[in-house]
Amino acid sequence: MKAQNKQIGTPMNRVDGRLKVTGAATYSAEYQLPGLAYAVLVGSTIARGRVSSIDTRAAERAPGALAVITHFNAPKVPGFAKGQNPSQPPTAGQPLQVFQDDKVRFNDQPIAVVVADTYERARFAAGLVKAQYVQEKHQTDMTVGTRQAFQPTQARKNPKSPVADYQRGRADAYQTAPIKLEAEYIIPTEVHHPIELQAVTAHWEAPDRLTLYDKTQGTIRTRNDFAKEWNLPEANVKVIATFVGGAFGNGLHSWPHESAAIMAAKQVNRPVKLVLSREQMFTMVGYRPYTWQKIGMSATPDGKITALTHEATGQTSTYEEFTESTVQQSRMMYAAPNVNTRYRLAALDVSTPIWMRGPGEATGAFALESAMDEMAHQLRLDPLEFRLRNYADQDPENGRPWSTKFLKECYQMGAERIGWSKRPLTPGTLRDGDWLVGYGMGVGTFGAHRSKAQTSARLLPTGTVLLQCATTDIGPGTGTAMTQIAADTLGLPPEKIRFELGNSQFPTAPTQGGSSTVNSVGAAVQEACLALRDKLRQLAAASNSAFAVAQKEDVVLADGYLALTGNPAARANYADLVRQPDDALVTVESKPSEEQKKYSMYSFSVHFAKVRVQPLTGEVRVSKLVSCADAGTIVNLKTAANQMKGGAVGGIGMALMEAATIDNRFGRYITKDLADYHVPVHADAPAVEVLFVNQPDPHVNALGTKGIGEIAIIGVAPAIANAVFNATGKRIRELPITPDKLI
Amino acid sequence: MNQFQYVRPTQQRTAITAVAKDPNATFIAGGTNLVDLMKRGVMTPQKLVDINRLPLTKIEHQKNSLRIGALALNATVANHQLVRERHPLLAQALNAGASAQLRNMATVGGNLLQRTRCPYFYDVTLPCNKRQPGSGCGALEGINRMHAIFGFSDKCIAVHPSDMSVALAALDATVLVSGPKGDRSIAFADLHRLPGDAPEKDTTLEPGELITAVEVPDGHFTRYVSYYKVRERASYAFALVSVAAALDLDGDNIVAARLAMGGVAHKPWRLAAAEQHLIGKPATEASFRQAADVAMQGAKAFKHNEYKLKLAPNTIVQALKTAAAA
Ligand SMILES: Cc1cc2nc3c(=O)[nH]c(=O)nc-3n(C[C@H](O)[C@H](O)[C@H](O)COP(=O)(O)OP(=O)(O)OC[C@H]3O[C@@H](n4cnc5c(N)ncnc54)[C@H](O)[C@@H]3O)c2cc1C
Repeated sequence: MKAQNKQIGTPMNRVDGRLKVTGAATYSAEYQLPGLAYAVLVGSTIARGRVSSIDTRAAERAPGALAVITHFNAPKVPGFAKGQNPSQPPTAGQPLQVFQDDKVRFNDQPIAVVVADTYERARFAAGLVKAQYVQEKHQTDMTVGTRQAFQPTQARKNPKSPVADYQRGRADAYQTAPIKLEAEYIIPTEVHHPIELQAVTAHWEAPDRLTLYDKTQGTIRTRNDFAKEWNLPEANVKVIATFVGGAFGNGLHSWPHESAAIMAAKQVNRPVKLVLSREQMFTMVGYRPYTWQKIGMSATPDGKITALTHEATGQTSTYEEFTESTVQQSRMMYAAPNVNTRYRLAALDVSTPIWMRGPGEATGAFALESAMDEMAHQLRLDPLEFRLRNYADQDPENGRPWSTKFLKECYQMGAERIGWSKRPLTPGTLRDGDWLVGYGMGVGTFGAHRSKAQTSARLLPTGTVLLQCATTDIGPGTGTAMTQIAADTLGLPPEKIRFELGNSQFPTAPTQGGSSTVNSVGAAVQEACLALRDKLRQLAAASNSAFAVAQKEDVVLADGYLALTGNPAARANYADLVRQPDDALVTVESKPSEEQKKYSMYSFSVHFAKVRVQPLTGEVRVSKLVSCADAGTIVNLKTAANQMKGGAVGGIGMALMEAATIDNRFGRYITKDLADYHVPVHADAPAVEVLFVNQPDPHVNALGTKGIGEIAIIGVAPAIANAVFNATGKRIRELPITPDKLI
Repeated sequence: MNQFQYVRPTQQRTAITAVAKDPNATFIAGGTNLVDLMKRGVMTPQKLVDINRLPLTKIEHQKNSLRIGALALNATVANHQLVRERHPLLAQALNAGASAQLRNMATVGGNLLQRTRCPYFYDVTLPCNKRQPGSGCGALEGINRMHAIFGFSDKCIAVHPSDMSVALAALDATVLVSGPKGDRSIAFADLHRLPGDAPEKDTTLEPGELITAVEVPDGHFTRYVSYYKVRERASYAFALVSVAAALDLDGDNIVAARLAMGGVAHKPWRLAAAEQHLIGKPATEASFRQAADVAMQGAKAFKHNEYKLKLAPNTIVQALKTAAAA
């Protein structure tokens, strides 16, 4: 590519910003189909046992009621009968097959769906469904679960699995060292809670043709899952997710409410919309699992880590084994000779978790980066200096070079911006009036993943280039970034690019998750644009030989015609080149290169926090937060900074307030809405300062990107916890850091 | 949500009669609490008597007190010139409550009568004596982080969530009500009840009694005041503990003091003994600490709210310090 980079790197406004702020963007719950019916789920009120009977008569007779589906009368689902696990990637176990048996596996498990002609009537009728249960003893207590933890099946079957035990040097070598620490860390269950509730509208357009307007992060994944579930050809299932109002991971899996809506639509032979309530968002679409961790670490007196052990036990359900990368970063973050990790699961009578922003790494970083701070304190070393002394110049896990790593640069930029030199070495010594002040840092890392992705590019006779890809945009501004990439690749102004996404009938793209969309889809867009330019050259060559011999790079998409640099006579009007709609259409598939095997590819971040703590009341205020990222090329400075800020605010939530609490006697959440599940409000978030190294990574893709979404939150919570320690001398190892823990 | 009838009378009498004669009827003002409870099935009125058309929004000074109409909005009261000048403590307490959007809807009467936020009260599948007498108290042996340390019974350990009420308790307000049997006034301390054996009753109001206004007597608490609310985020959260503190100072000497706590009992918890203790003392942290110790006599914690035994006195000290420095 002749990189002109006129658009890439600029803070371009979102291409769909106007649609969003004027309400013109259509979300999954907003499709007004003719004959639309409304479905409301009824949840169980016990955590484990059997549904012995359900009285649905009152609900069926309620005004406007169309159907009540329970396991007694649910239509046959062919995929369920086969007992297959449709989820991608498959988890060990079996995702809940809704309404297929009388078993209750968690509290608020869907046991019925009520369909009516309006939402209010469906809700009213749902309240009339009465179930009887045979209750069994349940277990939802992680302190018990942790004691009965087991190795994930995946790890038992395959010692090379990423969640298998890992060892280099000696295991648990810290135990016999003179300078060591051993500490346990806990993060409670957290729930994604995007403001847009989970919603699906299911429409059987024909007995074998299904359209879903669905809140999902992957239209292709959702299509494939439900094609399998309903035994339909993939081409017969269409999934639309043009706009997604935040997801943070809960659109990475297929859930029972989607199956229920599809079933209901089949039963009443009308399109059916199902929107979860805020309360159901706690139990029906995953969450960040409660996780217990232990870090053992030893170091030399001059601050070289000699051994590191990282253990974790994460919560999962009894029917599916959800695993995540909680301990992986401890293998590659610091240059220590003896490192081992152990990852276990605790199966409880709860629903299955799912990745939540930063997933396991964010959980793991709380333990690892807190421990780094604890060891630095023990050694009376500045924590930044301690990290520099253990900086890994190549990947200690596999000995490979990093594709790029500018973490040192991040340290320096961030430390300067926060005023790190003002951090007192002795905790509890800095004051601002009544308040204690402290500084802390935390490091984040996440794999710079890239997968296969397709994109089509088509020149329209008007000279606009239309790109299509099945990817979604859950908020990062994918459409905008892709527009910038296409504009630069083709040398066109962004107004001449139209990028369409969120439709499973567009060329295949991976699910939006794991910070990989720009790496994967961005590369596909770039390649599609290059292929289109060459296709145009070929089309022009048919009537103008100058194009036949021209260099690819010399082809210019001018206003209304194709031109050649240095040959003003060569011109081909678009109107002549494009006579049929598909004349100038290319579809490419972009694949990760072999370099993935040669290099270790990661994004890095460091977060610096300044906090104030009221010593009498234990209130914590984050007064400054500086996030600095090494994420390769920054395609859009504005949306990228927006990602970083959102992640930082999520990190404040994780550090100071987020916790979903179960009363274990009932196995039921007692936090049920956003009044008692606290997320940060504006007053909790200082103006987050974002800094980018903005150096391209030449190995991940030709754009030089590495990914931002996850590293924005990974490391924020420990930065705040470490700052609280610096302010107060109190080490809080169980999140969130609420006032009661500090007084 | 159940089906219900909805009426919107313009006459106070009509409204009162409508509720007085129908045990399943209830007033609705801003609806910010009642509608939530109806959606959850916690309250199931069959008739809503909307009082928003009644002329009860006035805020005016009369004789020796400020009279605030029951339908004045929380936001209006908080920003009202007379309130800010004469009762800054009340303005602070209001602004510490809920969010701007809610304060724009919520009324004074509704704020006083908002119901507890106890999670067991809110979930109709769990036991709660307040919601369903005789079903047991879910919180007693449950997650009782937010619960009472004063004045509870073995039937109920819930706390009253209103911030405004804590300030009104400290300021010796009077509640004016009108009912089927006529008008009466209730000293603020007598409006809310302790749970005792009947936690289903939050207040001493009789069926059909309508709050028409609140009167706050003039006083010297116009400067050295602080409503200090400790919560789990900077805004938009209910109090773990809150303290309304008001001092009348002569130089450094305390002439009079008012103290009330929120988040610790089934009603706003006035700290009369601690107030007495402060009179004639110097306004120093040592005096405040002693008063806090007095205030905490008789406090008792449960499994998850032990921290309140420390947080409450600390917050008293901090509120008094902030008030004295105002
Ligand atoms: C998310 C959230 C957070 C909140 N945070 C806080 C907080 O931090 N601090 C705080 O103090 N409050 C908080 N609130 C509660 C809020 O202050 C109350 O909901 C509000 O004040 C109720 O007023 P309303 O007019 O909407 O009452 P309504 O909901 O209309 O009524 C509440 C009750 O009062 C009765 N009622 C109303 N007016 C009268 C009257 N004049 N006479 C007799 N009976 C009457 C009704 O019958 C009903 O039972 C919060 C609420 C929400 C939803």
